[in-house]
Amino acid sequence: MSTPPIVDVQNLRKDYGEFTAVGGVNFSIEEGEVFGLLGPNGAGKTTTLHMLATLLRPTSGTAKVNGYDILDQPGKVRKSIGMVFQEPSSDDLLTGYENLRMHGLLYGVPTDSREKRIREVLELVDLTDRKDDLVKRYSGGMRRRLEIARGLMHNPKVLFLDEPTLGLDPQTREHIWKYVERLVVEQKISIILTTHYMDEADRLCDRIAIVDRGKIVVHDSPESLKHALGGDIIRLQISNPRLEVIKALPFVKKVEVHDATVSLTVEDASSHLQEILGMIGKVDGVELRPPSLNDVFLHYTGRVYREAEAEGGFWQRIMTAEARR
Amino acid sequence: MSEFSGLYAIWNREFKVYLRERSRIVSAVISPLLWLFVFGVGLGSAVNVGNLNYQTYIYPGIIVMTMIFSSIFYGANVVWDKRLDFLKEVLVAPIRRSTAFFGKVLGGVTDGIIQASIIIVLAPLLGVSYALNFVLVYVFLFVLLVGLVSIGLIIGSWMESPEGFSMLGSFVTFPLFFLSGALFPIGNLPAWLSAITFVNPVTYGVDAIRGLMLGTYHFGLLVDFVVLVIFALVVVVIGTLSFRRMKL
Repeated sequence: MSTPPIVDVQNLRKDYGEFTAVGGVNFSIEEGEVFGLLGPNGAGKTTTLHMLATLLRPTSGTAKVNGYDILDQPGKVRKSIGMVFQEPSSDDLLTGYENLRMHGLLYGVPTDSREKRIREVLELVDLTDRKDDLVKRYSGGMRRRLEIARGLMHNPKVLFLDEPTLGLDPQTREHIWKYVERLVVEQKISIILTTHYMDEADRLCDRIAIVDRGKIVVHDSPESLKHALGGDIIRLQISNPRLEVIKALPFVKKVEVHDATVSLTVEDASSHLQEILGMIGKVDGVELRPPSLNDVFLHYTGRVYREAEAEGGFWQRIMTAEARR
Repeated sequence: MSEFSGLYAIWNREFKVYLRERSRIVSAVISPLLWLFVFGVGLGSAVNVGNLNYQTYIYPGIIVMTMIFSSIFYGANVVWDKRLDFLKEVLVAPIRRSTAFFGKVLGGVTDGIIQASIIIVLAPLLGVSYALNFVLVYVFLFVLLVGLVSIGLIIGSWMESPEGFSMLGSFVTFPLFFLSGALFPIGNLPAWLSAITFVNPVTYGVDAIRGLMLGTYHFGLLVDFVVLVIFALVVVVIGTLSFRRMKL
């Protein structure tokens, strides 16, 4: 039972002059686990990932990946991880197969097992029949799949996914999620992913660390995080709320007011809804739902979460690539 | 072993991309032939360079010109690798930065050798005749290319945008070419101009190739060789350091 964690992060910190991008984070990832760093843009997720991948030197603190120290044994760390960057990073003038082959060569995958592994990973992401097409003929989703396959080429222990579905349309995101779920089962690999999409973290991750302004505010499984809020959410559209009365109720855990909307966190909400409505008088609208990670984020940071689009999204990058030469 | 296969991987990628960009190869071959034809014939009717036909005289210089332009601008690939984020794939791989640098140098040298060979093969069609001293010609081209490609890669590792690259690239290529004796004999220049041509390493490349093809030297093969090797070593060291400094 007591296998050491595959990733063990200790007080990892990155400062850029006065600005602290990552302010001393601690977490560990067990073998076979899918761990998510969830937070808004600029929270320090990618910086953390780049430090773990030995691409960026931490200001202080360190981490062990697959038992190797990121400061002392960067070469061994690099061999232990598969990195899928936020931006498309395959060469679009090479075919899918050539990109994979090049990756195998860069990572010193022996010739005899290389071809076999290329076939396996192509199969895994359903790109076998497109392997000889130039990557510039690929769609955004195919490109992302190819890069996931590439990250798996050298049989890493941990796969790093940096915003795996950033800028992809909903249908393609759904596809990518299915592939990620599949490779967790088939490849028995640990995954660390960053995302600013709540639904993505909720769906894919065994455990989530919510990151805000360079700090981990809380980490646990999505279910426990939501459960810890203490009940379901009732949202009322109301112009003149009698807040004192509601706050006094024993089963109301939390009350928040945004303009004409009152959000209540209520234990066993469905059986208490009638009572609350009776006390509060006339309302313009009612919504009752289980808590989401949005509510968890709001609870711990005091701010409403916005899934703002990241600058320089996936498609914009591909457009840049098209302008090449 | 992994460094070696990494070196091969990077060279192989550069070479494949080169072969897929036909327009680049075509323009790299057409423009020197145009130079040779228009400039050689046009200016040749007014200029006297001893007992050689002017077109023949500048021919080795035109080969070197092609090497300068294609090698320096090959460095733009590094800028594009940054733009396309492909560079990240290389930098996160478990290979040394110097391996990435040497892989790219070899890629650029290969491109240059192919272009030079095309011009060498086509030249007789334009009425240029030369001695067939191929082994030595290629040895000198190789050393010169290593140096020039490294300069291109150094600039590429410094710059973030293709526009910035072409600005600095042109700023470097034109003096390297015009002050190299590619188009005129350097024997009776004013002292200040001759001093500049003497510090330009390309001058020694032009001298060696012209000597090997046409039999007329200014410095002699040994001096040319020593200067070019030192030049190549210096820029390779600077290039390796520049690649090591390069950030994502």
